[in-house]
Amino acid sequence: MAELSLIEALRAGIDESMAADERVFVFGEDVGKRGGVFRVTEGLQAKYGPWRVIDSPLAEGVIVGACTGAAMSGMRPIAEIQFADFIWPAMNQIVSETARIAYRSNGDWNVPLVIRAPYGGGIHGALYHSQSVEAFFAHVPGLKVVVPATPYDVKGLIKSAIADPDPVMFFEHKKTYRLIKGEVPDGDYSVPIGKADIKREGDDLTVITYGLMLHYALEAAEQLAQTDGLNIEVLDLRTVRPLDTEMIFNSVRKTGKVLIVHEDNLTGGIGGELAALIAEHAFEYLDGPIMRLAGPDVPAMPFAATLEEAFMPSPERIAAKIRELAAY
Amino acid sequence: MASTPDTTEQYAGLSNEQLIEMYRQMVLIRIFEEKCQEMYTRAKIGGFLHLYVGQEAVAVGTINALKPEDHIITHYRDHGHAIARGLDTNALMAELFGKATGCAAGLGGSMHLVDVSKNFWGGYAIIGSHLLMACGIGTGLKLQKRPEVIMVFFGDGSTNGGEFYEALNFAQLGKLPVVFVCENNLFAMGTPIAVHTSVQEIYRKACAFDVTSERVDGNDPIATYEATVRAVEHARSGKGPVLLEAVTYRFRGHSAQDTQKYRTREEVEQYRAKDPNQVFRKRLIDDGVMTEEQAAELERQAEAEAQGSVDFADQSPPADEKWLTEGVYANPIEPKF
Repeated sequence: MAELSLIEALRAGIDESMAADERVFVFGEDVGKRGGVFRVTEGLQAKYGPWRVIDSPLAEGVIVGACTGAAMSGMRPIAEIQFADFIWPAMNQIVSETARIAYRSNGDWNVPLVIRAPYGGGIHGALYHSQSVEAFFAHVPGLKVVVPATPYDVKGLIKSAIADPDPVMFFEHKKTYRLIKGEVPDGDYSVPIGKADIKREGDDLTVITYGLMLHYALEAAEQLAQTDGLNIEVLDLRTVRPLDTEMIFNSVRKTGKVLIVHEDNLTGGIGGELAALIAEHAFEYLDGPIMRLAGPDVPAMPFAATLEEAFMPSPERIAAKIRELAAY
Repeated sequence: MASTPDTTEQYAGLSNEQLIEMYRQMVLIRIFEEKCQEMYTRAKIGGFLHLYVGQEAVAVGTINALKPEDHIITHYRDHGHAIARGLDTNALMAELFGKATGCAAGLGGSMHLVDVSKNFWGGYAIIGSHLLMACGIGTGLKLQKRPEVIMVFFGDGSTNGGEFYEALNFAQLGKLPVVFVCENNLFAMGTPIAVHTSVQEIYRKACAFDVTSERVDGNDPIATYEATVRAVEHARSGKGPVLLEAVTYRFRGHSAQDTQKYRTREEVEQYRAKDPNQVFRKRLIDDGVMTEEQAAELERQAEAEAQGSVDFADQSPPADEKWLTEGVYANPIEPKF
């Protein structure tokens, strides 16, 4: 057991998977000598060679298309999209091909592919380096969509994603890479795809969240325990497709109040789907309206620190929203 | 009539048996396609139907230069490639009819034929999209040090999109075993080539990536075969991809509903007068490779096979509803409510 940053845990997971299975290779922009723009794959090309960690052209279509074909023909590729904002040139490949192969071949073929992408704001990346994109992909049947938030989860989930026979979108909040540290067991373990996790138990109200917002929600919950005596449950989705409905409903049935928090903009976000599911399946347990706190409905995250702060849900804003719902 | 028994020199080393087999495939494609048109008119086939009539020499000339273990991925005008690869015509017609016995159990239809057992990776209907998957299959073959090649078919219209260039660039960078076959039938749907692309000799587009390329008369199955043998040898030996441009012409509309306002009846008739199937038939008979009687017998058999596929499709049960929701994931995670 060692304390690792999220990026170290992620790298360890990829490294161990590559050591264990020679079909696993990494393909992305600058992933080789440079080790990726965030240095997730640092040292891996030196260890495994240029045909296991392959520098790609700056063309996301070929990154995903080539990895899809390679996955179909027996490999276990990990595609790295340098920033989630850059994924759109590959959208056709992901939606038209990658997600569709198993279905259109009646299950004869499958695509064991992981598409990793750093997402999210709070790092002054501005209009093209800050977006949250998970809801677009959570809409697509055939994909699994994972958004881990802790070093333990990121290592366990990258291993599951690499071992999974289906395409997995793997979104890492770039602000968590070095900010978030935690205990990570040495060696092999995995965290299952499709399983949420109660990161803080409580019975007054459930906050459902994922990614960087998990940490902000935990901070808000701790503060409110001190100041308001509120006992908040914080549920980390970890996977946003498929959603762990069982754990979500169990928590809602226990607390009766739900606040959903995500950085992605409000309309059409994961929160809308969660609210619908809870309303359909746990309506009679609710003691208040399902509430959402999310990024604003603007096309991109602005640059200036004041604007960026105004965009991002913060621990303070989460705490305020919890108070509002708790008082309902 | 020439009676030379040995014609292998002028026929690219192909034996009489192989040549007759190629003619059989061309005839079968033609008659199958005409049967599809008939079934479409009779509303047995619905949706969109893109026929390969006129382009038979391309599929037959190229695919016969492959080994059975080599791979094929193609565009939505895919019946010809499927037949040349030896997919069961019963399963093909049943797929077009939307029947449970179809090669994709009725899930795909005309544009999305697939047969894993034949290394036939399917027809794809987003223009140029599958070129990148071909690069991926080539990457997989190379990384696993396997000896096969992947052949990818696409039309002249596909060469205007970015994925074509991404694919050529990466295939050459990685020296991947990919044979790109552009079926230049002179139209992107209803837009003539002079209107849709700035360089109309498609093979020249490869020079930007130093990709070996060649233009061939796609209406001549032997010339196409010879060029493909060269291309496959290049790709298989580790020298990288080849772009083969096969110039051809489709006799029927882009799809079954096409009124073809973009070309004249006279133009189509001019090409029909040089019908690749008829030219090849005459050549093989004139050179003593096959007899008129043999040709007629192959045509009779093709008619019987095509009609048999219709009967099979007619009698087959409709697509099973289980396929609506099955196969989405290899490892599905069911939600619990």
